[in-house]
Amino acid sequence: MSQSLLTTGGQPASRAAPSAQARRHHGKWLAHWALAPALAFFLAFWLLPFVQLMVMGAGADSSSGEPGYWAVLTHRQYLFSLLVTVLLSLAVAVLAVVIAAICGCFLARNHFFGRSLLLSMLTFPLAFPGVVVGFLVIMLGGRQGLSAQLGQLLASERWTFAYSLTGLFIGYLYFSIPRVIMTVMAACEKLDTSLEEAARSLGANSWRVIADVLIPGIRPALISTGAICFATSMGAFGTAFTLGTRINVVPMAIYGEFTNYANFAMSAALSVLLGAVTWLALAMARRLSADASLGGA
Amino acid sequence: MSTSLSVRSAGVMHWRFVLQLIFTLAVCAFMIVPVLMSVLAGLTENYLVGLSSGLTTRWIAEVWGLYADSIWLSIYLALACLGCTLLLGVPAAYGLLKCRKRWAAIIEELLLMPVAIPGLATALALLLAYGQFHGFRGSWLFILVGHVLFTLPFMIRPVLAVMQAIDVVRLEEAASSLGAGAIQRFFTVILPNCTSGILAGALMVITLSVGEFNITWMLHTPLTKTLPVGLADSYASMRLEIGSAYTLIFLLMILPLLTLIQWFGQWAARRASRSVQ
Repeated sequence: MSQSLLTTGGQPASRAAPSAQARRHHGKWLAHWALAPALAFFLAFWLLPFVQLMVMGAGADSSSGEPGYWAVLTHRQYLFSLLVTVLLSLAVAVLAVVIAAICGCFLARNHFFGRSLLLSMLTFPLAFPGVVVGFLVIMLGGRQGLSAQLGQLLASERWTFAYSLTGLFIGYLYFSIPRVIMTVMAACEKLDTSLEEAARSLGANSWRVIADVLIPGIRPALISTGAICFATSMGAFGTAFTLGTRINVVPMAIYGEFTNYANFAMSAALSVLLGAVTWLALAMARRLSADASLGGA
Repeated sequence: MSTSLSVRSAGVMHWRFVLQLIFTLAVCAFMIVPVLMSVLAGLTENYLVGLSSGLTTRWIAEVWGLYADSIWLSIYLALACLGCTLLLGVPAAYGLLKCRKRWAAIIEELLLMPVAIPGLATALALLLAYGQFHGFRGSWLFILVGHVLFTLPFMIRPVLAVMQAIDVVRLEEAASSLGAGAIQRFFTVILPNCTSGILAGALMVITLSVGEFNITWMLHTPLTKTLPVGLADSYASMRLEIGSAYTLIFLLMILPLLTLIQWFGQWAARRASRSVQ
C-alpha cells in the first residue's frame, strides 16, 4: 500500500513552474505557516525521540556493559540475528519479484474473462497487517493447518512448518507479492511493444526477447519494488510475533531486549541499525531506479 | 514453410499463455486459500471435526463479547487520526507546493521517515521519550500520535499531487486579482479544488490506521487495545475458531474501504485521461 509513496517520495513530481514574481507575490509567510503544524508535530514526536534513541543506543548494554552499537557488532547472537534477517529478507525480495513479474507481465499483456478478479485477489492482501499474515500462515502450516490435514491424510503424520524459518519465509512472501504486482504491471503496460516485435523480426527467440528487451525495460520497477519488499521484510514484526518462532529475527530481538530484559541501550541500538538498513535500501533503490529510467529513456 | 513456422509459433504462444495462466492461478490460490480457510474456520462449529459439525455465528458473537471495546477503539482512533491528518496534512501539502523546491524535497523526505523505517523503531523512540508521562502514556492519545506519524504522508501526497495537477498557483493568482485575501483563498479556492485528493488520502489513512500493528503493539496498554492488538491476543490465547471469527470481522471492516479506494483510483484515472483528451 505504501509502495508508490516510498519510490517517489523525496522527488516531487515536476510541478508547473509559476513565474518567480507570482510566487513572491503570494506571500511566502503563508506557505511557512501552513507547514508549521505538521513540522512541529514531526519534530516533537519523531525527530527528537529518534535522536534520543540514537544517543541511547550508545549507552551501556546491560549484559556486557559495552556501548550498545559496539555490542551488536561484536556479539555473535546479535550479528547472527542481523545476518539471518538480512538473508531472509533478500531471498524473499528476490523470489517475490520473480513471481510477481511473471504474473504481472502476464496480466498486463493478456485480457481475458476473470482477469480483474485475479488481479484483485493478488492485490487485496496488501492491506493485511502482519499479524493477520502470520495467522494465515498458521492456517496453511500450523498444527491444525492445511498441510497438517494433508499429512494426516497421506502419511498419517502432521506436517507443520508455520513455526520455523519456512513459515516466516512463506509469510514474508505472502505480504511481498502484492507489493510488486501493480508496479510491475504499470511498467509492463508502459513498454513499447514495437521494440519486442522488432527484436522478434530480427530473429531473436522468445527467451532472448524476454532477457534483452522485456526485463531491461521493467528493471527500474523490479529494483524499486524489490527494495520495498526487502525493507518491509526487515521490519516485519507482526508476522514473526504471531508465528512466535524461535528464530530471532531483528524485530523480535528488539522486542525481547526491551520487554524481557529492559535492556534499553541494546534495543535502541538494534532499532537504529535496523532503521538505517531499511532507509538505505529504499534510498539506494530510489537512486538506482531513477538512473535506470533516465538511461533507459 | 513460412506457414508451418507461423503455426508452430502460434502453438508456442498458446502454450506459453496456458503455462503462465496456470502459474498465475497457483499464485492466486496461495493468496486466497488461507483467507477462505480462515473465513470458514470462523463460521464452523468445530474446525477440527470440519464442516460436518455445522455452521454457526456463535464464534462471531463470542468475539464481539470479548473484543467489542477494541473494535470500537480502532474506529474512534481511525476517525481521530483522519481529523489530525486533515488538520496537519492539507495545509502542509499547500506549504510544500509553495516553498522552495529543494526544501520541499527535504521536508517530504523527513515526513516519510516514519513510513520508511520499521514501526518498531518509531514506537520505541516514542516510548523512551514520552513513556514517563504516565497520563499521556496510558491514554489512547499516545497511540494516536503513532498513527498520525505513520499516516500523515499518505494524506499529504495525494493532496499535493492534485494541487500540482490543477495548477493551484494560477487559480490563486486569479482569486487574488479579484481581491481575495490569503485565508479566504485557502478556504474558498484551494480546498474545494482538492477534494478528490483529500478523499483519496482520507480512505488510505482510515484503512492504514485500522490495520496498524507494529507501532500500536508497543504503545498499547491493557486498557487501550486496538483491533489488531486484539487479533494478536486472540491468536495467541484463544481457540482457532475465535481467532478466525475475529479475522473475519476485520476483513468485513476493511473490504469496503479497499473497494472504495480501488473504485476511486479508477474513477480518478478515467477523469484524468478524459481531461488529457
